[in-house]
Amino acid sequence: MSEYVPIVALLLIGVLLGVGLLGISALLGPNRPGGSKGAPYECGLIPLTDARNRFDVKFYLVAMLFILFDIEVVFLYPWAVLYRRLGVLGFVEMLVFLSILLVGFAYVWKKGALEWEA
Amino acid sequence: MDGTGLAISLAKAGFVAFLLLNAVPLLVWLERRGAAFIQDRIGPNRTSIAGFALAGLVQPLADVVKFMFKEDFVPPSANRTFYLLAPIITLIPALMTFAVVPFADVVRIGERLVQMQVADLNVGILYVFAIASLGVYGVVLAGWASNNKYSFLGSVRASAQMISYELSMGLSVLGLVMVFGTLQLDDMVRAQGARLFGVLPLWGIVLQPLGFLLFVISVFAETNRLPFDLAESEAELVVGYHTEYSSMKFATFFMAEYIAMTTGAALIVSLFLGGWQVPFVSSETLNGWTADLLGPGAGSWLAALIQFGSFSAKLGFFLWLFIWVRWTLPRFRYDQLMRLGWKVMLPLALANLLVTAAVLLVIDGAAGR
Repeated sequence: MSEYVPIVALLLIGVLLGVGLLGISALLGPNRPGGSKGAPYECGLIPLTDARNRFDVKFYLVAMLFILFDIEVVFLYPWAVLYRRLGVLGFVEMLVFLSILLVGFAYVWKKGALEWEA
Repeated sequence: MDGTGLAISLAKAGFVAFLLLNAVPLLVWLERRGAAFIQDRIGPNRTSIAGFALAGLVQPLADVVKFMFKEDFVPPSANRTFYLLAPIITLIPALMTFAVVPFADVVRIGERLVQMQVADLNVGILYVFAIASLGVYGVVLAGWASNNKYSFLGSVRASAQMISYELSMGLSVLGLVMVFGTLQLDDMVRAQGARLFGVLPLWGIVLQPLGFLLFVISVFAETNRLPFDLAESEAELVVGYHTEYSSMKFATFFMAEYIAMTTGAALIVSLFLGGWQVPFVSSETLNGWTADLLGPGAGSWLAALIQFGSFSAKLGFFLWLFIWVRWTLPRFRYDQLMRLGWKVMLPLALANLLVTAAVLLVIDGAAGR
């Protein structure tokens, strides 16, 4: 695990830098709140509704599809590292795996889950 | 790990952080002057310290000072904790991802051989994907916490875009992982020192031209650079997820973007363009020359310096490419972006994977392995 020590060091540098940068402008900058300055910026119009509105369900769909396909990609990584030692068996097994994946992909495509024009 | 080893690895971490942070003002300068050059303007050239404008290099410095003295403003309707946390969360992964990128061959310090890489993790590329994708949380939090419609839309768009292109990014590297049989970037760069027919350097781009193209496009999308800057498309969303951010908080987002860009370019260079390899001169030959000149100790330093120069030159080219593309191509529409990601890049990356697997099977079969 000792090779992770410098990474922790980088993490600490990042945290210190982030907090430091935000701290500097909190310290040096003026602070004069009030009036309509606090209103959310909407190009000069007065905001009528809260920003946290409902939004298109498609974004959820993309996130769900991402999780499915990303897990497939994660499964592919250990296989790829060892591929040249697995020989024909490794190739055939991955063909089976990928064809199952492709059936799912074709289904998603056909169902129109990847369409955005609506 | 003993005391000296610890000191050396901490020094390397500090060096990389220093390098990345100094790349930011340089890139801002390059972006503004480059944009001016492409648009046939002059660009920033007035700011000066004691009469020295240094071709506008003083401008980013002045900008930082200005950012520091701007009002530190938090909108009253914002979710304060997450609002303040978002820029920090965006900055940290950008800074951490560079840790596995090797920037020169080993250097000899006394009896010790020191690898010029912050951490040689055996998970290599997986670490990059794991950490780099955390950046999306900063974007989501910024948009949600700001309580602004533009920020919110920008962040929702950005997160959908980033996760979509992460798929093709992960898949496009797989071909290279198969060829080299390793996830460690240093091993990959070392393997790219070989030559094809004794002439052409056997870089990743030669082995995986399609993978290279897909990876570069994915890096553009992941770093939210034009033509993929849907998150900030200023004509429709003001500036997207950081609309409500000002002062150093805005600058932190800006820094994170440029650091992520540098890391992305460094990954392209390491994976596909031979990293620190000097074209046509293998590391052994180079180390032999410099050892004849200065002895093995100082010679390895000189060789590493030359390799670092080679790495920086390739890196510089890709950073310029990022800027060049930004001021040349128009922005995608959102449906075009999603279609490209899911219906073009993903199938192409899968096809590339299958073709690579088949070709490797034939080659290894012919070699009798």
